[in-house]
Amino acid sequence: MAPILEVRDLVKKYDDFTAVNGISFSVDEGEIFSLLGPNGAGKTTTISVISTLFPPTSGDASVCGHSVTKDPMAVKRCIGVVPQELALYEDLTALENLHFWGQMYGLSGKPLADRIAEVLEQIGLADKAKQRIKTYSGGMKRRVNIGIGLLHKPKLLFMDEPTVGIDPQSRRAILDSVKELNRQGMSILYTTHYMEEAQELSDRVGIIDHGELIALGTQEELTRQVNETDTLVLHIAENEDPQPLVNRLQTLDGVSRASVIDHEISIITRSAQELIAPAVQTAEAVGIKIYSVDIREPNLEAVFLHLTGRALRD
Amino acid sequence: MKKLFIIALKDMKLIFRDPTALIMMLLAPFLITLGMGLITGRFSANTNSGISNIPVAIVNQDEGELGKALEAVFSSDELADLLEPTFAATPAEARQLVEADQASAAIIIPQGFSASIIPDERGSTSGETVQISFIANSNSPTYSGILRSILDAFLTQVEVGRIGAEVTLSQVAQTGKLTPELAAQLGAVLGTQFGQQSAQAQPIQLENTTASGAAVKFDLLMYFAPGMALMFLMFTVSNGGRTLLLENRTGTLPRMMQTPTTSAQILGGKLLGIFLTAIAQLAILIGSTTLLFRLDWGEPLGVILLILAAAFAASGWGSFIATFSKTPAQVANLGSVIMLFFGLLGGSFFDMSQLPEWVSTLGKITPNAWGLQGFTTLAGGGTLRNISEPLLALLIMGIILFALASIWMRRRGLVRK
Repeated sequence: MAPILEVRDLVKKYDDFTAVNGISFSVDEGEIFSLLGPNGAGKTTTISVISTLFPPTSGDASVCGHSVTKDPMAVKRCIGVVPQELALYEDLTALENLHFWGQMYGLSGKPLADRIAEVLEQIGLADKAKQRIKTYSGGMKRRVNIGIGLLHKPKLLFMDEPTVGIDPQSRRAILDSVKELNRQGMSILYTTHYMEEAQELSDRVGIIDHGELIALGTQEELTRQVNETDTLVLHIAENEDPQPLVNRLQTLDGVSRASVIDHEISIITRSAQELIAPAVQTAEAVGIKIYSVDIREPNLEAVFLHLTGRALRD
Repeated sequence: MKKLFIIALKDMKLIFRDPTALIMMLLAPFLITLGMGLITGRFSANTNSGISNIPVAIVNQDEGELGKALEAVFSSDELADLLEPTFAATPAEARQLVEADQASAAIIIPQGFSASIIPDERGSTSGETVQISFIANSNSPTYSGILRSILDAFLTQVEVGRIGAEVTLSQVAQTGKLTPELAAQLGAVLGTQFGQQSAQAQPIQLENTTASGAAVKFDLLMYFAPGMALMFLMFTVSNGGRTLLLENRTGTLPRMMQTPTTSAQILGGKLLGIFLTAIAQLAILIGSTTLLFRLDWGEPLGVILLILAAAFAASGWGSFIATFSKTPAQVANLGSVIMLFFGLLGGSFFDMSQLPEWVSTLGKITPNAWGLQGFTTLAGGGTLRNISEPLLALLIMGIILFALASIWMRRRGLVRK
């Protein structure tokens, strides 16, 4: 299938800081492609450049066959963007917001009114369309934010961390709507730092860190890199300092890497089963109580940990 | 062009839904104008100006024509309702009346005043510098300002007459047909004549006529209403500039740039929004004061053109302020400072002619000064021709400021390609 998006050696620098450092990837028509990486990895900058918001420092990207540097207006007509920030007018109603943004995409009259009605149904806000955005919950605002990106039925939709800061139900609804849009034929470039979202949604995943694409492929291809390893997860109390335990665990035989997020210590090891006893003993030795232990199958989190030595949410 | 209006109308809708903005744009200028009307008795007096019987103490120590003429001006029938002159015998007595708040000002015409200006039978003046003293009552700034204006108008007439007489004499002398004796006689006759003319001349634009010849009385509210409207217009335009930075911060401006819309359309739409909001604000204020205070703003076409020009120039300032600010809060703060500064400098609070000349010259950078000049001219019966200067000045001001703002916005990357 022909790529609807092709990114070639894209570089974006801000003075001395390199936000995106020569990344290349493509998104095929009808595909959901996820850019997975921690905050500050360069995901938003990448989307900003390929959606023509900023010019690249070097390199180029082709969207629907149009270069973002040479024909940005044609690119804009082909794409829809759901930004990470809630780019809405709080003092306007959802209906007024959709009407304004629809006009900005060149829609008007009955086609616009019909399309607004469809989108409102799609995002489940038809009955609250005449309420001002400032009266909405965070999840409802997120849904309007997505709805705006769908108004003109774009061929390629950029969704930049669309589930940040919302409740589980709204998150579920958004993930389901992404899958539904894809079923309808829309190609989607999705960025996230949630491994579970990338795993659930994506046909292919690009793992990005410090502005560089460090891995690219289907989930199978990526997890194959860590197939010989398990992830052992230790849950400790909130008031404990995990660092002494992490330092000691890294010295144990069979431990590739150990990292901590909040109060969850992840250990990459050849055999999680065999490591449970020595890990618990080590914890006792440093005076840290372990509340529970998980063994996880190889996943994208493990891939990221394996490749960078850090957890995704570090 | 369509997208410009889409963006502009969206901005207007947002501003007119913002209660704080509405208070500053409409309620505050309206209430202050109302307050000024109440303070000056505009709503209780039967006179159109709301001002009457301004007490003034006059001491005439001059024995010539000009002293009599000035005395006649202050006790003329035309100003009988406005002024209540008291003729004191000595400067000390007049000063005492001011200090006791029984006079808003004292005018002392010194001995030899006429002789210092009008040539005698020999065709020469006394050569002394004799000045009229004006003692203002600091407790009565508005009234003393009006009295000062009347005196200034009289002195201007005197100066015009003196120069006219000199020119006449000089031209006749150049023909060689004027003997020294005749020149002296002619000088004395001209001097006497212009002294009398000064007394007969209308001393100030307190009473004027419209194009149709109908009498129009000076209405103090016709000074404060446009003054306040123009001052709070600066709030509106700086608030408009603020929304540009605010939209950049909240992500709606970048989102607009990701739609098939050029940066010129986005910038144009934002600026058009500021301009249209400014027009709406002025139109609402003028409309409401016309209906509620029964103000006569003058020739409708002139008023409309002046609204457009003032809104255009002020919008230029609003855009310009936004280009030099980094955050929306900075625009708001800078806008408030400029609103007050321009209000003071542009004459929204008091007549700039009472301040040093350099201050009123500096005031010309403000849309307030030009707008006020135009609106008071129209209210005083002026026609479209009389406001061509403020109209042109406001137009040029707007063009320069919008051009500078556009260049700087692009340079700052606020609006990208």
